Amino acid sequence: MKELLIGNAAVARGLYEAGCSIVSSYPGTPSTEITEFAAKYDEMYCEWAPNEKVAMEVAFGASLRGKRSCCAMKHVGLNVAADPLFTLSYTGVTGGLVICVADDPGMHSSQNEQDSRNYAKASKVPMLEPSNSAEALAFTKLAFELSEEFDTPVFIKMCTRVAHSQSIVETSERVMPPEKPYEKNPQKYIMMPANAKKRHPFVEQRCEKLTAYADTADINFEEKGTNGIGIITSGTCYQYVKEVFGDEASILKLGMVYPLPTERIKSFAKSVDKLYVVEELDGFIETHVKALGIDCVGKELFSCIGELCASTIAEKFGKEVPAHITMETEIPMRPPVMCAGCPHRGMYYTLKKNNITVLGDIGCYTLGAVAPLNALDSTLCMGASVSGLHGFNKAGGEDTEGKTVCVIGDSTFMHSGITGLVNISYNASNSTVIILDNSITGMTGHQQNPTTGYNIKGDPAAKIDLETLCRAVGINRIRVVDPYDLKACDEAVKEELKANEPSVIISRRPCVLLKSVKAKPSLKVSSDKCKSCKMCMKLGCPAISMHEGKADIDTTLCVGCGVCTQMCKFDAILGGESND
Amino acid sequence: MTKSIMIVGVGGQGSLLASTLLGKLLVNEGYDVKVSEVHGMSQRGGSVVTYVRFGEKVYSPIIDMGTADAIISFEKLEAGRWAPYLKEGGVIITNTQQIDPMPVVIGAAEYPENILEELSGKVNVVAFDALALAEQAGSPKAVNIVLMGRLAKTLEIPVESWKTALKSVVKPQFVDINLKAFDLGYNS
Repeated sequence: MKELLIGNAAVARGLYEAGCSIVSSYPGTPSTEITEFAAKYDEMYCEWAPNEKVAMEVAFGASLRGKRSCCAMKHVGLNVAADPLFTLSYTGVTGGLVICVADDPGMHSSQNEQDSRNYAKASKVPMLEPSNSAEALAFTKLAFELSEEFDTPVFIKMCTRVAHSQSIVETSERVMPPEKPYEKNPQKYIMMPANAKKRHPFVEQRCEKLTAYADTADINFEEKGTNGIGIITSGTCYQYVKEVFGDEASILKLGMVYPLPTERIKSFAKSVDKLYVVEELDGFIETHVKALGIDCVGKELFSCIGELCASTIAEKFGKEVPAHITMETEIPMRPPVMCAGCPHRGMYYTLKKNNITVLGDIGCYTLGAVAPLNALDSTLCMGASVSGLHGFNKAGGEDTEGKTVCVIGDSTFMHSGITGLVNISYNASNSTVIILDNSITGMTGHQQNPTTGYNIKGDPAAKIDLETLCRAVGINRIRVVDPYDLKACDEAVKEELKANEPSVIISRRPCVLLKSVKAKPSLKVSSDKCKSCKMCMKLGCPAISMHEGKADIDTTLCVGCGVCTQMCKFDAILGGESND
Repeated sequence: MTKSIMIVGVGGQGSLLASTLLGKLLVNEGYDVKVSEVHGMSQRGGSVVTYVRFGEKVYSPIIDMGTADAIISFEKLEAGRWAPYLKEGGVIITNTQQIDPMPVVIGAAEYPENILEELSGKVNVVAFDALALAEQAGSPKAVNIVLMGRLAKTLEIPVESWKTALKSVVKPQFVDINLKAFDLGYNS
C-alpha cells in the first residue's frame, strides 16, 4: 500500500515490519514521532523512559533476551546515552538492536548542532542514513538484519528534513524473526577487563567486515553523469544535489555513512574529472576521502554551519540562482512565545520582579529568556540548571545563595535533574530549586513522563511524587505554589531564598494546552478604568496588547488565567473566576 | 515540472490540516509528493512554514528563495516575511488577518501598515478576509480550508478531487462546514 508518511513515521513502520518487539525512548525534536508512531502498533511494546541512557539500556536488555529492540533520541540525547553505547559496541547483540538518532542542522529546536556521525566512528557502530521516507522504512528493516548478521547495534541517522518531511512509502506486512531462547554468555556480555580485552579485537574485525560490506552494498550506489563532476553525498543532501544537477553530474550516494567504503570511493574518484563532497555539518566523508589520499573539495565550499539547500549548492557550483524580490518594509521578527495562560509566566514574573539570577534548563520554559520577561541567565543541557546552581553557589557563597535559583520542568527533572539535587543535598549548598511542574513534557508536543500518572498509551501508570522524591534525597524544605497566584509565588521565593538550607519550590499547574485543562471565559479590559500604565504588558502574554493607548485582551487567545488581573492596580481587568 | 507551494502563518493557526489535505489530494492525483514542516519550538506562536512540492519526481523537500509557485498565508505580516520565496509569476494568497508578534506587542517594533500595498506593487497578490468567510461557513477554524479553496482556483486539479480529498481528512461532523468553507474560498 502507498502512503504519504513523515520520515519518523516511516521508521516506526520499519520497526513494525521488521518484527521489533521493544521500543524505549526519551522525546526530543526531531526524533519524537518515531516512538509516538511506534506506540500506535499494539504488537510492539513502547515506552517513554526517563532519559536516553535508560532507553538504550532497556533496548540492550531486550536484545540480550533475544528480541529485536530500538531506542530513539535526538542528537544531544546520544550524549546522555554515550556510556552504554560505547560498551554495547563491544558486547554486540542477540536480538537486533537499532538506535535512531535525529540531528538538527540549523538548530530549529536544539541547543547545538553536533554531528552524530562522529559518534558512529568513535563507538565503531555502523550508521545508515536515509534520504527520504521510503529509505527510512527500508533502512530500518535492513538495520536489524545487519545488526544480527554482524553482531552490532546499528544506527539510523535522521535529520530534521528527513524526519519531518512526508514522502511516499510502500508498506508491507510485519514479519517476525525466529524466536531466540535466552542463553547465558558471560564472555560476550560481562564487560570486565578479561572479557572486554577479547571483545575489542572482535570490534576491529567487525569494522573491517563492515567496510567490505560498504564496498558492495546496494544502499551505496553510483549514478553516472555527463559533465565530469563527481559528487559524494548522503541523506537529505543527496536530494538537494539531485535538485541542482538532475542526471548531469555523477553521484556516489552513500546510504551507509559509517563505515565508509574505500574501494568504491577510489574507483568513483577515478571515473570523474573533479570530485566534490556535499554534506551538512562536519566534513566527515571528506576527511575519510582525503585520508585515502584522494583530492576532493568539501568544506572549503560548503559551510559546516547550519543547513544546506539546493540554491546554496547551485551557487557554490557557479550555477544561476533564482532571482527573488526584496521587501523594503521592515518585517518585525516573530519569535516563539509562552502561550497565553502558560503556568510558567507567573513564576517568571516573580523572579524577574525580585531581580533573581536564574539558571535555566531545556523545555518550553526556556522561552522565559525572551523579552519582556528576560528571566534566564543560562541554559546548557538537560538537568544542568540544578547542578549548575550548586556550582554557582559554591563559587559565590552567601553573595549568591540568597538571590539565585534554578528552574527545571517536571520531565527534565526526572531526566537528569534529580542527580543534581542529590548533589545539592549531599554536598550541602544553600540552593533553591524551582520545579516548574506543568504535568507533561511540553515542548516536544505533550508526552507523558514518570510524574504524570500515565504511560505512553495514555493508560494509568505509577505516578512519581515529586515532594516525596525530594524529601527522600534529603531536602527538608519543600513547598508547592500555584503559579497563577502571584502573591504566593512572591512569598515562596523570598522565604526559601532567605532560609539557611537547601529548598525546593514546586510551581504546579498543568499546561494550558492539555485537553484536560478547560479554558475559563476570556477577561476584558475596561477602557474607562485602564490608566495605560502598561503593568499588564510586563507579563509578555500574547493575548494582551495596547490599542489606542489602552490595554486590550484578545478574546480568542485569553484563557482567563487571571495573572494580569493581579497586576492591575486599577481593577481595570474584568471578568474571571477563582482558579480552583 | 515540479510545483512548489508554501503554507505560512503563526504557530497554532492550523496549517496542519491544509498540508494534510494537499498531500492527500496530490497522492490521489498520482503525483510524487513531499510535504515538509518543522515541529518543536517554533510552533509556540512563532512564524511557521510548511513546504509542499509535487510533480513527476520530487527531490528537495524544501523550497528555496525565488522558487515558490504559490504562497498561502494565514496572516498578512507572514505573507511579507516569506514573499522573497515567491518565483517570478507566482501568486501570494493571503488572509488579511493581523496578529501582532511579541516585539510589536511590547512596543519594540511596529506592525508595518503598508505591507499589502508593497506586496501588491511587486507580485501577484490575492488578499481577502478568509476569517470572515470561515465564520460565514460556520467556524473560524475553517480559515485554512477557505484558503485552500482559493488555491484550488489556481491549480489545474478538478474541484471534485479536492472535495473527495477534503471529505477524507476531516471528521464526518465537520464535512459540511468545510465544504462550505472551500466553496466560499473558491468563489471569493
